[in-house]
Amino acid sequence: MAKVVLVTGVSRYLGGLYARRLSTDPSIERILGVDVVPPKHSIGRAEFVRADIRNPMIGRIMAQAEVDTVVHMNVIATPKDTGGRVTQKEINVIGTMQLLAACQKSESVRRLVVKSSAAVYGSSPRDPAMFTEDMNPKTLPRTGFGKDSVEVEGYVRGFSRRRPDVEITMLRLANVVGPSIHTAITDYFALPLVPIPLGYDARFQFVHEDDATAAMILATTGPPAGIVNVAGDGFLTVTQCTAIARRPVVPVPLQAAGVIGNIVRRSGFADFSSDQLTFLAFGRGLDTARMRSVLEFEPHFTTREAFEDYARHLRPAVPGVEGVGEVVSDAAGGTAAALSRVFDRIQP
Amino acid sequence: MTADPSKAAAQQTPADGTPETGTTAAAAQKPAAREAATSKKSTAKKSTAKKSTAKKSTAKKPTAKKATATKAAAKKATATKAAAKTPKKQATTKPSSARKKKPRTGTSATTKPAAQEAATAATSATPATPANSATTTAVRPARGAFAAGAARASGERRRRSGTPLIPTAPVELSAARRTAVGAPPSADEVVVAAVTEGPTEPETAERRAPATPGRESAGPESREPGKPVETLETVETVGLTDSDEPSDALPAEPTPPRRPSRASMRSTRRTANGEPTRLRAVPTVETSAPADDSHVADVGTRHTQASEARGREHALTSGLQSRAEKLVGAVLEGAEFSSESRPGPTELVELAVNVLRAAATSAGVPAEEAERQVAETLAYLRRRLTGDYVVDEFGFDEDYTVNVHLPLLRPFYKKWFRVEVRGIENIPDEGGALVVGNHSGTIAMDSLMTQVAVYDEHPRHRHLRMLGADLVFQMPFVGTMARRSGTTLAANSDAERLLGSGALVGVWPEGFKGVGKPFSERYKLQRFGRGGFVSAALRAGVPIVPVSIVGAEEIYPILGNMPAVARLLGLPYAPITPTFPLLGPLGMVPLPSKWLIEFGPPIETTSFGPDAADDPMLVFDLTDQVRETIQQTLYSLLMQRKSVFL
Repeated sequence: MAKVVLVTGVSRYLGGLYARRLSTDPSIERILGVDVVPPKHSIGRAEFVRADIRNPMIGRIMAQAEVDTVVHMNVIATPKDTGGRVTQKEINVIGTMQLLAACQKSESVRRLVVKSSAAVYGSSPRDPAMFTEDMNPKTLPRTGFGKDSVEVEGYVRGFSRRRPDVEITMLRLANVVGPSIHTAITDYFALPLVPIPLGYDARFQFVHEDDATAAMILATTGPPAGIVNVAGDGFLTVTQCTAIARRPVVPVPLQAAGVIGNIVRRSGFADFSSDQLTFLAFGRGLDTARMRSVLEFEPHFTTREAFEDYARHLRPAVPGVEGVGEVVSDAAGGTAAALSRVFDRIQP
Repeated sequence: MTADPSKAAAQQTPADGTPETGTTAAAAQKPAAREAATSKKSTAKKSTAKKSTAKKSTAKKPTAKKATATKAAAKKATATKAAAKTPKKQATTKPSSARKKKPRTGTSATTKPAAQEAATAATSATPATPANSATTTAVRPARGAFAAGAARASGERRRRSGTPLIPTAPVELSAARRTAVGAPPSADEVVVAAVTEGPTEPETAERRAPATPGRESAGPESREPGKPVETLETVETVGLTDSDEPSDALPAEPTPPRRPSRASMRSTRRTANGEPTRLRAVPTVETSAPADDSHVADVGTRHTQASEARGREHALTSGLQSRAEKLVGAVLEGAEFSSESRPGPTELVELAVNVLRAAATSAGVPAEEAERQVAETLAYLRRRLTGDYVVDEFGFDEDYTVNVHLPLLRPFYKKWFRVEVRGIENIPDEGGALVVGNHSGTIAMDSLMTQVAVYDEHPRHRHLRMLGADLVFQMPFVGTMARRSGTTLAANSDAERLLGSGALVGVWPEGFKGVGKPFSERYKLQRFGRGGFVSAALRAGVPIVPVSIVGAEEIYPILGNMPAVARLLGLPYAPITPTFPLLGPLGMVPLPSKWLIEFGPPIETTSFGPDAADDPMLVFDLTDQVRETIQQTLYSLLMQRKSVFL
């Protein structure tokens, strides 16, 4: 049913992955990849169209190519890649508005697929253990990507009211991890010393990059599903993650975490904004019943498997840490042996 | 890689650690191992062949160094079982060494007879020694030193490779050795064999001895009948003389040591590793050894003069100093020993196990039990460090709850509050149920005790999954602990989700009104929330089990409240108890009241159907019914209670 697909954000990692995967589907006649910068990676048989979704030109492209399915993957979570928070917000909010305006005008569009995020649920101590799709956040995300996602979802909801004939599938993805993708969370666990909120141990759900792409493909080609949470099965806590990633942790009081988060962001180690701090403290759980029943998607990776796959490709926290470990254990063994010997001697 | 040594240790531990830990196994193995000590060479050769080849490069230096330090080594040799050599060496190579040794040994009372004993033992073992001593002068002590060192190293190795060695006659060993060396002196070989035999055995015996006093006594009995029991004393001397070795051998080190301690470590390590290589795995080196030895022996003797002067000084020192010296010697010995065994974690484990067993025995706890518990703790820690545990969607961490949370609460449960549980059979064996209780006690100690009661007393050891106020989850540490131990937010979505999954859910509907009520209102139930728990049970179709808890009211009797402080801290109340602000942190110790927890018969809700949850009247009725049941049970329990604290 999807013949001509327009993909926004194709130069980003997940967009490129999606375009490559979609290229293998023979039922798709034409794939248009839209982004402001040419992709550095292969986008399969997708045709790259250099266009800014913040510009009304996107409407002309859609009309020309008679696009019937629009896949919006250009909601950006990492401001570092795009040149700061202002640009990020521009692309996320204004870009979505323009894209939806073009969709509303378009005669050909039959389906809209939006990659949203679980960040719309926010993160607070008053959260239920699992969010179902119809639950509202206990505390609305007030800054950053979470707020953008909420606004994007608001515009999509408005669009669905105005164009009820367009099928809408909106996937709220849990944090995407994988061997190649770079997100705030992958940067965070790649830090040589991971600052964790003191006294909190949040629960995380992850979705593997392959699963995220597969879910988007299914949303494009499968039945319309509405709003669907997408996450791997199971949970990991922050301490479990750091243990799996074999990273030393430094507990930081949550009050000081904003400052430290800023330092980390400035230093360029991790693209981490302060709105994600509450997420690190309280985590989030997604109910994925709809993912199975409505979207009929079965993730290949559990949360743990996804994270382990990511952690496998992590470099050790400190280069040459093997040698250090050897020396340390050697010294420890020596001390222990000496102690045991002395212990033996001294004891009458 | 950081994991590697520990992995190696883990691999070694089963082989090595098992005979060590099992007392009977160790005892059984000891005689066999000792018998094999002499003949072990062949087995050890095999097992160490890999290691020795790997260290072949370093093997050369140690041997040379060992040779230069002939005197020191010879001293060791003399001090070991081959005391027969002592007089010989004193006569031929260096009287100084003997002199130096004398003051040291003289201070320790045990050594003198030990030396004599050893001498006699050695002569009895090797009647041919005197004849041989004439021919070998400088070479002999060196050979003895090698043998002693090798024996020590091999003893170490035997100890580590826990494979039971096949006992063979010592004659075979010497024969094998003879062929390897290519030299015929049989008597000499026997001496060497004796030397080899000597130190290996006491080393293990001695190392194991202090772990358990009982084992120490078992040691001599299991010893070979022909061997003198005094070996232990001789070993004492070995330790002392050995401790001298690093300091003596140090100047012989070709590279100028930057830091003495590290250099000595390095030198001893090389020596230790080099020795066995030379003697066992590479017999060809052995033939050329005497020439080298005699050559370098002069260097060694030169050093001996210096040490001799030092030794004389020692002779003048008091007994106190000698004791200190003994301690230092032990430390040095320990250091030397440590460098011998590169995979240190094994030693760490061994030490820990020994200390633990000793401690457990002295505390009157069965050593096996203590060991098992420690092993479980270590396994738990490993799981923690590797993240190898499962957290469910509510953050419940069963591994943590069973291994940390409940064990921490159990002393309170058993000893402090002496909780008495009734009607545990009212909790279903499986399937969801909602346990509803009265809340009291300033902090939610009653829910924690109920959690322990359900887990410990219920035949199925069910986990009580509690519903907590959102304040709990806002607080650092408290919220994390609560989530890990199975508490989740008191919200209908969570309660229904838990009940739907067949969990046993505990709820205290009074909330802060119940916990924070003044002491004067004790055992008077507050309003039972808005009946949300009843509608959750109705929707899930699970029975409601009322639980009445008596005793929690008295742990922190609230006499007053500090609203200003509470507002400042964002807490629902700031209690004043007889002890709390007055005694500071000490006031946080709960009063040891006697507790009674009674689970009432379950109230079925399935007959109403899930739609009944939307019938407020029914919900209120059920809420009142549960509340009244608990209130009546509380009164009857209070009547039965003899005293608050007994």
